[in-house]
Parts: sequence; structure tokens; C-alpha cells
Amino acid sequence: MKTFRKICICCPAGCHLTVTLADDGEIQVNGNNCPRGDIYARQELCDPCRTVTATVAAAGDPHCRIPVKSSEPVPLALIDGLLAELYALAVPLPVTMGQILLPDYRQTGINIVATRTMCP
Amino acid sequence: MENIFDVAIVGGGIVGMATAYRLAHRDLSVALLEKESDVCQGVSKANSGIVHGGFHYSASTTLKGRLELRGNLAFDRLHAELGFPFQRCGILVVAFAEDQLPALEKLYRQGVENGVPGLELCDAERTRQLEPKLNSQVFGGLYAPGGGVVEPYRLVFALMSAAVQNGVRLYCGFQVAGATEQDGTWEIASLDGRSLRARYVINAAGLHADDVSRLFGAEEFEVVPRKGEEYLLDRLSPARPSKVVFPVPSAHTKGVLVIPTAGGTTMIGPTAEIVEDKHDNSTTAANRKRIFALARKMVSGISERDLVTSFSGSRPVIEGKEDFFLALSEKAPRFLQAAGIQSPGLTASPAIAEYLEQLLAKAGLAIKDKTTAFLPWQPTPALREISPAEADRLHDTDAPGWTDVVCRCEKVSEAEIRAAIRQGHDTLEGVKLATRAGMGRCQGGFCGLKIMRLIAEELGLSLEAVMRRESKGKANISVLGGSRQ
Amino acid sequence: MKTLEYEIAVIGGGAAGLTAAAQAAAAGKRTVVIERSRELGGVLLQCIHSGFGLHYFHEELTGPEYAARVQQKATEAGADFLLASTVMQILPGKKGPLLTVYSRQEGVVWLQAQAVILAMGCRERCRGNLGIPGDRVSGVYSAGTAQLLLNREGIVPGKRAVIVGSGDIGLIMARRLTWSGVKVACVLEIMPYPAGLSRNIAQCLEDFGIPLHLSTSITGIHGRNQVESVTFAPLVNGQPDLTQEERVTCDTVLFSVGLVPENELSRDCGIKLNPLTGGALVDEDLMTSLPGIFSCGNVLHVHDLVDFVSLEAERCADSAVRYCARERRPGSQIQIAPGANVRYVIPNQVTPGQPHHLLLRTSRPLAAAELQLRDTTGNRLFVKRLRHLRPAEMISLEIPHDCTAGAKGLVLELEELN
Repeated sequence: MKTFRKICICCPAGCHLTVTLADDGEIQVNGNNCPRGDIYARQELCDPCRTVTATVAAAGDPHCRIPVKSSEPVPLALIDGLLAELYALAVPLPVTMGQILLPDYRQTGINIVATRTMCP
Repeated sequence: MENIFDVAIVGGGIVGMATAYRLAHRDLSVALLEKESDVCQGVSKANSGIVHGGFHYSASTTLKGRLELRGNLAFDRLHAELGFPFQRCGILVVAFAEDQLPALEKLYRQGVENGVPGLELCDAERTRQLEPKLNSQVFGGLYAPGGGVVEPYRLVFALMSAAVQNGVRLYCGFQVAGATEQDGTWEIASLDGRSLRARYVINAAGLHADDVSRLFGAEEFEVVPRKGEEYLLDRLSPARPSKVVFPVPSAHTKGVLVIPTAGGTTMIGPTAEIVEDKHDNSTTAANRKRIFALARKMVSGISERDLVTSFSGSRPVIEGKEDFFLALSEKAPRFLQAAGIQSPGLTASPAIAEYLEQLLAKAGLAIKDKTTAFLPWQPTPALREISPAEADRLHDTDAPGWTDVVCRCEKVSEAEIRAAIRQGHDTLEGVKLATRAGMGRCQGGFCGLKIMRLIAEELGLSLEAVMRRESKGKANISVLGGSRQ
Repeated sequence: MKTLEYEIAVIGGGAAGLTAAAQAAAAGKRTVVIERSRELGGVLLQCIHSGFGLHYFHEELTGPEYAARVQQKATEAGADFLLASTVMQILPGKKGPLLTVYSRQEGVVWLQAQAVILAMGCRERCRGNLGIPGDRVSGVYSAGTAQLLLNREGIVPGKRAVIVGSGDIGLIMARRLTWSGVKVACVLEIMPYPAGLSRNIAQCLEDFGIPLHLSTSITGIHGRNQVESVTFAPLVNGQPDLTQEERVTCDTVLFSVGLVPENELSRDCGIKLNPLTGGALVDEDLMTSLPGIFSCGNVLHVHDLVDFVSLEAERCADSAVRYCARERRPGSQIQIAPGANVRYVIPNQVTPGQPHHLLLRTSRPLAAAELQLRDTTGNRLFVKRLRHLRPAEMISLEIPHDCTAGAKGLVLELEELN
């Protein structure tokens, strides 16, 4: 039986969770004030993911930055590769908020979308 | 470089610039050599900005005493000519203990002997009347109404601009690496490969005057840095006095002062301690504590909560000599020493310039007035000082940047910043010293990036290149994903 | 010189200003937002991470998305915008506050308003303000400036960083720098507990194994032209114990050491400030000591969540609208003061016998406490049990209207429970 302490990152409350993993694989979550904490804890144990935000260069001007986010949390192991790919992009303007700049990253179904409308 | 200058001045601080300005009125070709990318980056940058009262040193036994008062009296004319921030707010030396009164009286007598006008020895009540913000334990004071404050870098920049406008050639990034003399001419080489020739040379190189003297084969001496730390308080600090408050001086130093700066802030300091490194610009926790404690003893209301920033700089002390070293070299021909200029160097600077001109004449240089008119320098207006009507007029007739406030804390417009960059003050520090942008309470938090963008635009560089330049190339700045593609 | 007339002038086009303008314009008032930058959105534009909007929009948004939403609200409600314009002065005119505005496009503008909403936000405290000893070198930034450079310009400041202060901005930047290829050596915090949200400790430090040194003070920044190292020491009895001083190599130092409401304009025009918040003293309408001038958002007091900024801005705009219509709360006001364990409470004056909306912060972490609202004779008018109180998390409180009727003065306290 293993016990983990985790802080839930789903909302600013940051509930302190105690997660126990029994030998038969059963997971118990305590300390969460809402159901999202329970979901988060279970995810953390099997496949931790994080929402990734970054900026991407506009084509022709690396100092003009387009803010982006992942449409869903990204598995930890894929984050470094994703960031490298994003930093290599040069996206022509205009870009609309919500526009997909990198679709279906590594077939995860996760899109990278612009979070700001920007014109040349 | 073909032509031979009449005079080459080494060092772009207050002494070099005051001399360049004076010689710009004469029929002479003058070059000013400055090792940094901009002038006023050495000793003068950390100057306390005080125009001293003329009583701290004896005019009959020291050169600096003699030149101090003469310089002080020249400031009204200089201010009328150049328009740098200057106020004759008065100096008050205060005795905070009974046993300090004899020293105070001695200063008074010395001042009277020196010929200082309006000097007043005050009792406790009169002292407190002159400066109500003094701490309670006051025993007496010495009031010099002729003392004042100035923004030292604005003064140096104004002298520079006026001098350059009137023919002085400014060479920045020119660090003297060698000098050879032949047939009445000095050939001066810089570290970056440039060289020029001049008949007479003035060594006004501050902390490096010893190095320069050696390179010219002139007198051997050692410049030892005596560092002073200063602490700047918010312009809204209730502790700002109306006059510069001095304690009774000690052997080496005038002590920790409370200064109502010409910029409108309050400054406390400096300390005075010998350090190893000429370029030591650090501050320490111990000195900070000491300075606040000493300042608080003098003026009530001094609070660490009002601290905006702090800095330090060193006085160029010549080992074994406390007076100005102003002389024609006895070893190197047509080489003038203007070294060891500690306090009251800035105050004395107009008189030092005059003295050096006399030495040049004595050394054989024929000096006549210029036949063409001297072009008066028009300082760039400061948004914080002009009326809304005037700001509006400048917006309409000169540039929209006049009503584009870049530095909110000090009320500096984009137009002033562009003007400063075009005058050669093209770093964050240069812009700051020339316009006050970035000197305020947010210390460039908001305007820093905007200023760098303006520098980038004016110089045709990328923002990344500007940032790298700021750290003299040492910074590991990069752009996400690589530079311009 | 140009003259303009509006009913409500909002100074600042960030979260607070845009929300207030949207609310005022939607109520039918001719409203203008005066913003010193060339774009609207304020600091939200550089907060590219998510975590905004859960309360106000019921969605998790990034900063730029939140800014776009409130800007859209303001635009659709019919507010006007004056960009690249700085308010230099507010003068008391016969018709109401008269603003002197320096506008890049228009030159000098005299703007006559009936009511003004101050929404200028904050500035950051920096190395200079703290007098951190050491060398003067490049590579030292306040966290927000580093965030601006990185997120708006793509400038990576160095390769190895130390962050001073564990407030949310510092923590967010720890992650941002790491995701930008910078090694964050450590975070230094003077208090014995972290200053920012627990969730940020988790996702910004623990996720990357970045050590957090509590009760630790930076003792010096060292280098020639550029940062080369930083020294720090544990605090013992409130002083750095230099015998335990350590040095860490780095080329970048970020300071996340506090925000200061930007009230220079307020001070210039004589508005009374609260030394406990750095913002204006306000009554229940969020009106300052000058009639017709209101305040909301970070310029009133430093918030943790932008959602609460928007809610406060809405209340503020409602008050300004009522003021323009010459409707004010009936009855005179009494003082409400912070008591034990309460760092500050807003507003500072209330009209007794009305429902009250109070905002407060605890001055230290309390696992469990009883909040007590007392009158001047010591009567407990309202009590509430609260748990997990931290200075970094603002507490919002609704007091029912009959609690304070007849009181002459109020004190708000937090009594620690075991």
C-alpha cells in the first residue's frame, strides 16, 4: 500500500489530497472539496498531464508572440517535445483566438490553439 | 585621422567637460576622448550633486579651497547658459552635540576668510528655524545660502552638447592604450585601433588618471578608489529638507548628508571607505544600516519604506595627496594633469577649467577667442516642467511623441527620450541620466522595455541586440526558437 | 487643445477598467476608458497561463482570453477608448472631475467627467526598493518585467535563474522560465510559508523539482556587468545568519517581492490613502474621499484572482452610475477597522443597518478561526467560522443587513481557534 500527497491544481483552492494506492490497484482519494480533485488524483497516478501554455513566433518577427494553449492537458512525457516544436513554428498573421495552430499533436487528439486574435 | 588637434582632453567627466566647454569658446581645435560608450560614466555619475559652500577647505592653503568658491559663484551664469537642473537651496552644517560647536565655528571663520558671501553662524533656534525638519537635538548651525544642488549628469551632458555644437570633437569608446610624442605632437592610440594627434593633452581621466599618466610617461602616482554609497528616497518622502543638511565634518569626509536633490528626491549618504576595485559599484547591508541611522539622527521622518534605489561610486583619491593635482607635467611635454579631483570637484569645475586654460597658455598654447559666434545650447524641454499648453503645441508642431508619456513615474515623454538617444545617450543608463526616465519609484519596471524598443528603433538594432549591448555583451540573452529568421 | 465630455471616465484599461466600463456603458452612461498603453488588457496580456475566469466566466481561461472577453463586453456595451493616453491630473471642476490627458494621437485633452473610476492597477516592488546589497549588474529583473519580455517579446533573459519571493508571479515565472529552457536553481522566500497559492507550488515548483528555501533571505547579488551569483542565508530571529550563507551560480535574478497599488495620480489630487493597503480609503460604494471618484481592482488593493477584480469593478461601476443619477446610499457612515489578525478590510466606511459586502485578508496563516464583527461597545454583531486562512487568499464576506443597525463603529477580528 502506497500513500501519496498531492496538491490539486484544478482550481485556486489547491486542496491537499491524500491518495492511497492499494496492492490490488484500488485508489482512494481524500482531502478534495469537489469531484474534480478525485479525477485529478487518479489521473496523476496513472498518466499525469498538464495544460501547456506557451508563445509561438509570428512569421517574419520572432519578437511578435502569439500566446497559445493546449486544448486539453498534455501527458508529461510529451511536453518537452511539444514545446520544442512550438518554438520552431513561425505562424503567419492574422491569427484568430481559438484558431488551431498545431492539430492533433502526436495523435493524442490534443490541439494547440491561439488564445489571442492578432493582426499583422 | 589627418589633422592635429590643439588640445586632447582625456576623460568625459565633469572636469573634462567643463574644460571642453570653456575651450569651445576659443579659437582652438579640441578633441575629447572618453573610454565608455557615453560620457559621465565614471566618477561623475555617482556624484552627490552638491554645489558646495566654499568653507570646508582653506582657500589660502589649498588649491581646492581657492577654486571651490570661484566655481560656486560661476554656477548662476553656467545655469543661465545651459539650463541644467540647479537650485541654490542653501547648505546647513548642523552641530548635533555641544562638543561639535568649536568645529562649527572653525568652519565659519574659514568661510569668512575664504570670502564666502552671506555665511551665518546660527544658534540652535535660528538653525531650527532655517530647517524645521531637523531632529530635536540641535545645538547650532552654519548656514551658507550660496550652497546648492545640481543634477550632475545633466550638467555634464549639457556641457558636452554645447561643446560639441561648438566644434569640440567627441570620441567615445576611445580608451587610451598608448601615446608617443614626436616633434611637438602627441600621437594617441586607442584600444580599438583608432588614433589621433594633438599638441597638448589634459589628463582628466578620474579613476584612471594614474594609468593615463603612465602611458604618457608623465608623473607616477596611484589613484585609490574611496567608495561612497548613496540611498535615494521617494520624491514624496516627508523627510525632504529645504536645505542640504551636513553634520560637522570629520578628518576625511564631510559625513553622511541629507540632500534635497535637484531632481526632487531625497538622497542620504555618502560613506567613505577605501576599496580594492576602481569599478566596485556595490552597496552593502552594513552601510545601508549605518547611513539610515546617521541620517535619521539628523532629519526626522527618514524611513526605509521610502527607499527607491541605491548606488555607489568612488572618489579618485591620489595616494598621499588630498588636494587637486592641477599642474603642467614636469616629465611629459605639453601634458597637463587634472587628477585627484575629489570633492569639491564639481563645484570647482568652472574654475578648474579656467585654471587649466591658464596652464595651457603658460605652456605655450596661443589662446584667442573664437571669431565666429558661440552657438548657445538649447536644452530639450522636459515634459514634467512645461505647461499642458506648451506640451500640446510641441505635439502639434514637433512630434506626437511629446504627449506620449513613456515614464509615468518621472513624467518623461517619448520625444525627450528620442532626443537623448540622438544626442548619443543610447543606453538605458544614458537615457535615464539624460531624461530621468527609469529613475522613479518603479525603477524602469514599466518604461524599461519601451525605452529599449525606442533605442532599437533609433539605432536600427533588434531588441535582442539592444539588450545584449546593455550588459556589454555578457548577457546570455536569446530569443525563443532563435533570432530573426 | 481638445475637450471631451463623458459621464464616466475609467482610468486604466486592464481587467478592472474594462469590466467597470462594460458595466457603466451597459447602464446607459457615456463611458470612456483611458489607457496609457497602445492596447487594452493590461497585465492580462502577458499572463499567458490559464487559471482565470472560473468564477466570472465559469470557464478556465488564459489571461489574453480573459482580456478579450472583458474588452468585448466593454465594446459591445458602447464604451469609448482613448489609447496611448495618460491622465496627468484630476482637477475638481464645477461639473465634476476634470481630467488632463496627454494623448499621443490627440495631444492634450481636457476631459470633463461626472464620475471617475480609478483602475490603474499596480506596479512591482523591485531590487532597488528593497536595497538588496551587491553589485549593479544586468540580468536583474522584477518578475513581471521578465514575464513581459518573455511572453510579449520572446526574450529569454539567461540560462540559469534564481527567483526571490514565492508569490504567484514568481512561481508562475519559475515554470515559464523552465519551459523556456532556463534552469531555475531555487526560489528564496523570507517567510516560513510560501506566499503564493498551493496549486502553484505544485505545478510550478514540485513539477520541476525546483527547491524552495523558506525563511531565507537573499544577502547579495554579485557579478561584473552581468549577474554571476547570488548569496543567501537562513533567517534567524529575523536576521540573516551569515555564518550559514550559501552562494549559487546564476546569470539571472527575478524579484517577486510584492505589488504596490499605483496611486500617484490619486495622491496628487488629494485622495486619502489607506497605509494598510496602499490604495484609497473607500466607503461601501467604493467611493474615495473625493466625491465622484471611485476605485476598484488592484489600485484599490492587491487581488489574487482576476475574477474578484471584475466583480468588484462591477459593484464600483454600479455605484458610479448611481452617483451620476444623484442616487446615493441613505444615512451617514461609520468606520470599520481591522482588528486582531486582520491585515486590512475594505471598505473603510459603511452605512449601518444595510447588507455589507466586505473583503479582508488575514495577517498570518490560520488553520481555523472565528471571524467576529464587533461594534464599539464590544458586542458581537456577526460571527462565522472559517478554515485554512492564508494571507495570500482574500476572504469575501456578506453581512446581513440587520446586523449593524445602530452601531457607531465596527471592528473586524479573526480569533484563532485550536
